[in-house]
Amino acid sequence: MKRTLFALGTLLVLAGLLLSACTPAATPTPTAVVTEAPTEAPVATEAPTQPPPPVEKTAVIGFTASLTGKLNVESTRQNDGLKLWMDQVNAAGGIPLADGSVVKFESKFYDDESNKDRVQELYTKLATEDKADFLISPYSSGLADAAAVIAEQYGKVMITTGAASDATYKKGYALVYQSYTPASHYLTGALDQLASLDPNIKKIAIVYENEKFSVSVVEALKAYAEGKGYEIVLYEGYDTGTTDFGPLLNKIAEAQPESIMGGGHFQDGSTFAKQLFDKQVAVKYLALLVAPPEPSFAELGDAALGVIGPSQWEPLAAFTPDFGPTGVELVDAYTAAFGEDPSYHSAGGYVAGLILQKAIETAGSLDTAAIKAALDGMDMMTFYGRIKFDTSAEAHGLQIGHDMVYIQWQKDAAGALVKQVVWPTAGATAPALFPLR
Amino acid sequence: MKNWLNPGLWFTLLLIALLGIWPILGQNAAAREVIFTVLLSVVFASSLNILLGYTGYVSFGHIVFYGLGGYIGMFLIERYNVSLWIATLAGGAAAALLAFLLGKAILRLRGAYFALATIGINEAMRAFVNNFAPFGGPTGIELKFQVYKAYGGAAQALWLTYYTIFALAILVVLVSFFIKQSKFGLSLMAIREDEDTAEVMGVVTPNAKTWAYVLSAILPGMVGVLFFFKNGNVEPGDAFRLHFSIENLVMVMLGGQGTVLGPVLGAVGYQRLRGFLLTNPVFKNIQLSVAGALLLLIVLFIPAGAVGWLRNRLPRLRKVLP
Amino acid sequence: MGNSGLITSLVDGVLIGVIYGLAAMGMTLIWGVMSVINLAHGSVIALGMFGIYLLFTSLGLNPYLALILVAILGLLLGVIIYSIAIHRVVNASHLSTLLATFSVNMIVIGLGTAIFSTSPRNVNYSLGNLTLGPVTLLNARLVAALAAVLVTSALYLFLYRTRLGKYVRAVANNRAAAELMGIPSAQILALSFGLGTMLAAIAGGLIATFFPFTILSGGVYELKSFVIVVLGGLGNPLGALAGGLILGMLESIIPIFLPNTWVPVLEFLLFVLILLVRPSGLFGVKK
Repeated sequence: MKRTLFALGTLLVLAGLLLSACTPAATPTPTAVVTEAPTEAPVATEAPTQPPPPVEKTAVIGFTASLTGKLNVESTRQNDGLKLWMDQVNAAGGIPLADGSVVKFESKFYDDESNKDRVQELYTKLATEDKADFLISPYSSGLADAAAVIAEQYGKVMITTGAASDATYKKGYALVYQSYTPASHYLTGALDQLASLDPNIKKIAIVYENEKFSVSVVEALKAYAEGKGYEIVLYEGYDTGTTDFGPLLNKIAEAQPESIMGGGHFQDGSTFAKQLFDKQVAVKYLALLVAPPEPSFAELGDAALGVIGPSQWEPLAAFTPDFGPTGVELVDAYTAAFGEDPSYHSAGGYVAGLILQKAIETAGSLDTAAIKAALDGMDMMTFYGRIKFDTSAEAHGLQIGHDMVYIQWQKDAAGALVKQVVWPTAGATAPALFPLR
Repeated sequence: MKNWLNPGLWFTLLLIALLGIWPILGQNAAAREVIFTVLLSVVFASSLNILLGYTGYVSFGHIVFYGLGGYIGMFLIERYNVSLWIATLAGGAAAALLAFLLGKAILRLRGAYFALATIGINEAMRAFVNNFAPFGGPTGIELKFQVYKAYGGAAQALWLTYYTIFALAILVVLVSFFIKQSKFGLSLMAIREDEDTAEVMGVVTPNAKTWAYVLSAILPGMVGVLFFFKNGNVEPGDAFRLHFSIENLVMVMLGGQGTVLGPVLGAVGYQRLRGFLLTNPVFKNIQLSVAGALLLLIVLFIPAGAVGWLRNRLPRLRKVLP
Repeated sequence: MGNSGLITSLVDGVLIGVIYGLAAMGMTLIWGVMSVINLAHGSVIALGMFGIYLLFTSLGLNPYLALILVAILGLLLGVIIYSIAIHRVVNASHLSTLLATFSVNMIVIGLGTAIFSTSPRNVNYSLGNLTLGPVTLLNARLVAALAAVLVTSALYLFLYRTRLGKYVRAVANNRAAAELMGIPSAQILALSFGLGTMLAAIAGGLIATFFPFTILSGGVYELKSFVIVVLGGLGNPLGALAGGLILGMLESIIPIFLPNTWVPVLEFLLFVLILLVRPSGLFGVKK
């Protein structure tokens, strides 16, 4: 027994030594990482002769993509958008820096399988082993949130896209910047529109996917609606992956709302719209998250007619950019490259690149501190709308420039379903179809 | 006393030590993340092995302990600002308590009935947490970045969680080994071979099974806290992901159920394989299928797992490979 | 809630319940005959959905005709899965069969995701609506429920009125004795597994006619099948139909009183409770 104890004691002491030996060495302070120079191709060794060709640097952009799993569609579009931006910048000869060199981009990415388990492992690999200079977030708030921690820890600038949750920016990060309008603003505009369409409507049902993003949208909506004196006749979540809305629809029919708002993601949103139509539930105004702006929402046929949805971006919305391509140019280039119309996820991927580009141009270098300063001071108009970040300590990096547009499926003269921008009125391409049924 | 001299034990410990020290030596963060995932599986699979390999009860929903532990730990850290260490211990304690309460009831079920019940419990728990407001419902619990300041900054906090899981991995091997060598371990294996006979021979089977269940739940509960602390947030879908539970069963099978070295080898092998498939351009689109096909081959042709196969092939190794 | 709401809920519950029952029947049949819990069940349901989808969108086949083809393919698939993945381990521990079927599931889902991605699909084939008093429902759901009842009856007739069915029951009852009587048990086991996957594929096909789906959709129905199988008694095909009806009713009635996200909590608690109190199912004989 004594020997056992002795051995056990020795082991513990050894383990303790091991731990304490490693601990002090393990302090790569974030600042140390920040000052670390980005990867530079060692081309500039020869003395420049006659007209010196610009020294070419390569900046690595790292991200994970959901090649498999439930997020694979949206994530793929986002990547296509980013890829288009990168191809265009590289084809145009890169971005000139203050020191006379030009920077071109290279991407490095892995499959995150739409699940959080490996996101941190993969982002750490990107930030350290792959020496990524900049990080782009994965698609979806949950994954982006996991990735943001890593970006912050390794002192890398991260542009999040496809991630609307407000919470990520309230944790005290300094290097994470959001390109999407935050979730809390997704449906408040719909309520403004409803008020302008018919001020007498007061009964609203809020029905939402019981999941992080949708919950943060409807919580903000509920507070906003109650503040405006609306009566919330039903406020209820449904589980992710729900395909049978029958029980919920019966409940909605009982509550007799004049307007229904909520939803979640594409699959549940489109299913909800379809089953609501099939059950012929009477409702005057229907606004759902995420699903309606998708081109394939039109496959629902008549069930899609009149459904309103907030969109980060629409090809129709004619902003006059002071930086980057116009909406039309982007749509043409994207369609030529990928054979389908860009969705707002695609635009999100593209604009993430554009934000980086602008920041690098302003900073004139790849230094993280300079780029952070450029991002903090950024206020630009792109094809996607205005871009400006919150710089307060409480919500640093939160997108405050960009607004949602609201689209509605309507029928054109030939009877085909088309998307029209119906709110805000300044950007509207058609009056809203109202009441729905 | 001669247990300590067992070369198999030292070999297993050495394997984990080499794995664990590698990222520390180079202060390599990317390697650390990879090994963290591997060590997490080592702890989880070895714990599962106490129930599955020694006792012969297939717990499909073992992830429920990981999820619950993680939630309790994160709740304490976020709400009451307790230290990671206390939170980790609390996570383990919560898992142990749940296992104790459940064990009394569901360990009466045998074979597939038990397996189904564990799935049911995990799904019920997931659905419950999804509706449970104090745990944030579907939004889960999020840590503020400044939480890590107490540990000398985020980078330092990550290293600390890493050292902790490294220590837990060493601990799990010791626990598995000494259980296996003990009288308690023998009674578990008697239950595995024939529960009724074991009862006749004087094993108090309900107690033995319950303690095996509790022991197999504690460490998963603790690593749950570590993982979600590192992640910065916890959500129901991530905490109670049935798939992860099943993956760990696969690791135990790969390495060899009922052995000490087996789950360790299985965890290391499986995680490395998946890491390779995920980043390999040829396989990354069909990595799930490739992993599935490999699993099938093992189940069909080497059901005893790598270590079991060696033990069967070379009986002289039996003394050496616990 | 008024009476009309209750009636609507009940009708909905019954219509979806028989489909649940059909999906679970395949699982319970396989369990009854060879004590294997088929974890590839969900992926076969998903393949059934895609079978209908592909036959309808690329060949323009009527979905209900396509169902017959899907059933035959489902049977063949099951026989193939059995011969490759199950036969070697059919007498081994539960863990081996669970993992063998799970690995089949991984293979199918992996390939399916690579081929079809995970974007949702719809079979756009409408049969219109039916309004009866307060109840408005899709004809497609009515037809699907009828088809499910029809398939169940056919299964019953097969098991109790044909020689082959008798063999299946004999093997389920006592395989050794059946072999002594000259019943080729290996073939019967393969056939039974095939029948189980066939039922799963048909259920998937029917679901595809009114719900959207992805390659991952089968998982939901697999979990529901677990609950139903236990409700109805493991290994009891008719019990599965009853279990399906009960589950369908619960899903449509509970939300009247509680937020509907509590439904799975109650469902799975009930499931564990029945396993503990009455493992032979609500209608099973106490062993």
